[in-house]
Amino acid sequence: MAQKTIDRRWIFLLIFIGVALPLIFIIGLPIETTENVRMVYEMVENTPPGSTVLISYDFDPASRPELYPMGLALVEHCFQRDIKVIFTALWPMGVQMAEDVLDVMRQKFPNKEYGVDYVNVGFKAGGIVTVQAMGKNFREVYPSDMNGTPISEIPMLRGVKNFDNLAFLFSLSAGSPGIKEWVQIGHDTYGRPTSGGVTGVSAPSILPYVNEQQQLTGLLAGLKAAAEYEFLMDSPGLATSGMDAQSIAHLIIIIFIIIANVNYWRANKAEKGGK
Amino acid sequence: MVHFFEVLGIWIGALLTFAIFSFLYKDNPFYKVAEQIFVGLSAGYWFVYTIFFILLPNMYNPLTENFAANWIKLIPALLGVMMLMRLIPSIEWVSRFPIALVIGTTSGVFFLRYLKSDVINQLTATIMNPFSGNNTVMIVGQILLVIGTFTGVVYFYFSKKHEGAFGVTARIGIYFLMISFGAAFGYTAMARISLLIGRLQFLLGDWLGIIQP
Repeated sequence: MAQKTIDRRWIFLLIFIGVALPLIFIIGLPIETTENVRMVYEMVENTPPGSTVLISYDFDPASRPELYPMGLALVEHCFQRDIKVIFTALWPMGVQMAEDVLDVMRQKFPNKEYGVDYVNVGFKAGGIVTVQAMGKNFREVYPSDMNGTPISEIPMLRGVKNFDNLAFLFSLSAGSPGIKEWVQIGHDTYGRPTSGGVTGVSAPSILPYVNEQQQLTGLLAGLKAAAEYEFLMDSPGLATSGMDAQSIAHLIIIIFIIIANVNYWRANKAEKGGK
Repeated sequence: MVHFFEVLGIWIGALLTFAIFSFLYKDNPFYKVAEQIFVGLSAGYWFVYTIFFILLPNMYNPLTENFAANWIKLIPALLGVMMLMRLIPSIEWVSRFPIALVIGTTSGVFFLRYLKSDVINQLTATIMNPFSGNNTVMIVGQILLVIGTFTGVVYFYFSKKHEGAFGVTARIGIYFLMISFGAAFGYTAMARISLLIGRLQFLLGDWLGIIQP
């Protein structure tokens, strides 16, 4: 007996409705935090105010729905704790992603001053070679910021020579070059605390770096992790608003997996019974 | 005027989103147009990117601004020109030298990095007392980590037939692999739904104004 099948377009339609409706009518399903996200949160919490950190925007608009909310939450947390942030990018479009985050932050933190509390040094081609060179001498790779201002004229960068002067390194990564390069050089070569946020697709290949060796200090994996981070900060935002939709869509997928397996099992049973 | 272009951009984004989504129903001219626009824009973007982010800042600007200090950059420039010789069949062989250099240096750099980060450090992380955790969940997790790593490596040992105790160990290894494939699929499904959420937040928020963007 042949298995019964349904037109896949019905599934697409159901997923579409299942995602759209919870975005309009918020349900407010609970959000549980996980150890990996708490580790990232604790890392920022334990960073003394006045320290300088580096956040690399290694993604483009294709991964924006997952990584942009992480970037917003993380930078907001850093600014709340008076941590100075150096923005950089191993992907050319990452510069714009960082600027989009900064546009929001400038409204939330009007007292934060460019060059004193944060700086955007822009994009540099080269991937792992660039990261390696930054570890040795930051100024050699970035003689000026993205606006062309010499590094020596930027107050918050006066004491920053290399990775030793940074409290932690963080990569918002959608692939290569990205978080792997920061782990390989930032942590494994220069021994600096390194962490990151990745898309759901790449999470399984990056999660093994969160280990006893602390190659990564926690990991934000996908939109769910961004929502957890917002929850820990008690500042619901873009990621939290998408969590109801995510849960309903997963429920629909699980129901279809069960239906398909029951259908498969019944067809198999009928086939064996017919012999 | 700025506002007009902002609204125009949102409308173009919304229409192109629908054009791409229309493929889920069936292939159609709207999808084809959106796809071709994407391909053309990408090609143009990377062409400009290569000139303005690689050639000019790394070669042309240093050479024109201070030739004496940067003359060494002529060597990679020459290698780049040699690479382009692939386009001329009679002297195509010249391009083999820069390709060999790139392959050699890349292999060397990556071999060291991956050996340390993906082999030595990963293995070191599994050499621990699995019963040393603070709570039961951690201890169970560490035991699973050690067993999973050991049995997974055994499964990929093909110089001995998978039978007897060795076969059972390899079988346990494959169960761990299956679970990891399932987790990877779960993460992929989550990522794809997140992208749909991102698009719908744009359509319902920025475009229609039904929800707060």
